[in-house]
Amino acid sequence: MEYFTQQLINGISLGAIYALIAIGYTMVYGIIGMINFAHGEIYMIGAFISLIGFLLLGTFGITYIPLALIIVLVLAMLFTSIYGWAIERVAYRPLRGSVKLAPLISAIGMSIVLQNYVQISQGARVKPLPPLIQGGLTLFSDNGGYPVRLSYLQILIVVVTITLMAAFTYVIARTPLGRAQRATEQDMTMARLSGVNVDRIISLTFVMGAALAAVAGLMVTLYYGVIDFYIGFIAGIKAFTAAVLGGIGSLPGAMLGGLLIGLIEAFWSGYFPIGYKDVATFSILVLVLIFRPTGLLGRPEVEKV
Amino acid sequence: MLTIRDLRSGYGHIEALHGIDMEVSEGQIVTLIGANGAGKTTLLMTICGSPRARTGRIVLNDRDITRMPTHEIVRLGLAHAPEGRHIFARMTVFENLQMGAVTTPPRYFAGDLERVLTLFPRLHERLDQRGGTLSGGEQQMLAIGRALMSRPRLLMLDEPSLGLAPLVVRQIFQIIREINREQGVTVFLVEQNAYHALKLAHRGYVMVNGCITLSGTGEALLADPAVRAAYLEGCTPTGDAAATGAEQDNVTGDRSRHPTGVGPSVAARASATGFSQRDRG
Repeated sequence: MEYFTQQLINGISLGAIYALIAIGYTMVYGIIGMINFAHGEIYMIGAFISLIGFLLLGTFGITYIPLALIIVLVLAMLFTSIYGWAIERVAYRPLRGSVKLAPLISAIGMSIVLQNYVQISQGARVKPLPPLIQGGLTLFSDNGGYPVRLSYLQILIVVVTITLMAAFTYVIARTPLGRAQRATEQDMTMARLSGVNVDRIISLTFVMGAALAAVAGLMVTLYYGVIDFYIGFIAGIKAFTAAVLGGIGSLPGAMLGGLLIGLIEAFWSGYFPIGYKDVATFSILVLVLIFRPTGLLGRPEVEKV
Repeated sequence: MLTIRDLRSGYGHIEALHGIDMEVSEGQIVTLIGANGAGKTTLLMTICGSPRARTGRIVLNDRDITRMPTHEIVRLGLAHAPEGRHIFARMTVFENLQMGAVTTPPRYFAGDLERVLTLFPRLHERLDQRGGTLSGGEQQMLAIGRALMSRPRLLMLDEPSLGLAPLVVRQIFQIIREINREQGVTVFLVEQNAYHALKLAHRGYVMVNGCITLSGTGEALLADPAVRAAYLEGCTPTGDAAATGAEQDNVTGDRSRHPTGVGPSVAARASATGFSQRDRG
């Protein structure tokens, strides 16, 4: 039971991170119908900016952790937003209206470019960051069983994720910006005819997705303490799996899918050979694609006309 | 209000409009009739900037909008309720109306909403329902209501009667007349339902294969033998449709530019589409 609880805690923290990345995939897919394969790289760049930010703040003598966290968070979101915006501008917008495969190939190209760019500019070696947030709570320790650790960092991850998702859901459901995004997603021609600047809405969608990925990057840097230029690939593919599992194009689906992928991974690692955890995750992707291609919360492609 | 000069436009390698000249004057209802595939929808979409005009000029209220992006054209007081209604299916009726008001300052919203809901009481009952679940007639009302939310000076309607029950069609045309008379909105109406449209309109244009072949007042076109043969087959001539000789002179035929004019094949197509217009409302 204690062991189970521990896996649950680990799974939820991991799932929160996947969910943050998955939102970027699902939003971009919803609005322009393409898989932005460079999105994992955005997350990786977010992690690197966080690392650099912490090191810079350290040299400037800002060591008060909450302040440093906030500064780094803002920096990471700002810079990755610029990346997200630029990627859409350079790699996807010129291809809008051409065959569907073209932006997909362009996305893969962009992904390779960004990976190599970071590899060359930051070096290929693994970058460590000393743990900034230490300590935590120990649950069920008095009954002499397996001690369950709930670290402060895990609490932080879950709290930040839930806050961001709530804010995000509010923006999409209730604000004029969110309404314009949904309108663009449902009927781009009509959104234009209603006076929506569709290009701007698409840019903003990339910016929003990138900002959330930056938060995930920051969390991972703190959580694992090591990053390298290659982390975007696996995390990106897993978040993509999460988005598909939840139903690509669906925002609650991305959140649920992220959580499920995190849990599957944690429980598999806890009870089965850990080396097969990625196999387990991607088997889920295959099963979903075979038996429920629209995902858990996705909608079937039928609509009353 | 809207002036079009020598407009050519189309999709890909196909030119759909071969030099259109027309005029929509302030305060009028102007209708454009023609068979399926004549280019009516292309004309309206070209006015909105997508597809782009290849040559020619489109002037709206003294502003040249030929090269303007769509969302900016809409801000100049032009609203378009496109063919097929284009309701945002997964948004509520209320949100659809909010989308119509994207270009207007928020302080007008409450009053405009009130006005649209008075015009279409049915929408009031359905405010929280998703657009995709409405019936065809309700969707058309929503499409017009949404267009009105942008406080247009020129309202363009593309086949508002398509696929609707005769009773609903009459209702829609009644409302168009009201919008024009009471709210002073200029209306540019594209229709296949030529009889209703010409009865309503101050001025009409006939389009055949991407060219304007005839134009004149609504009554004059209703009385024109060529129009009658091609578009009004099966419509019983009524008193108000009968034309005097003076009105007959208003018809400016231009059949020389288009040698076939409104030939029998067009007439056959027009009556064929008449049959296919079943009640789906």
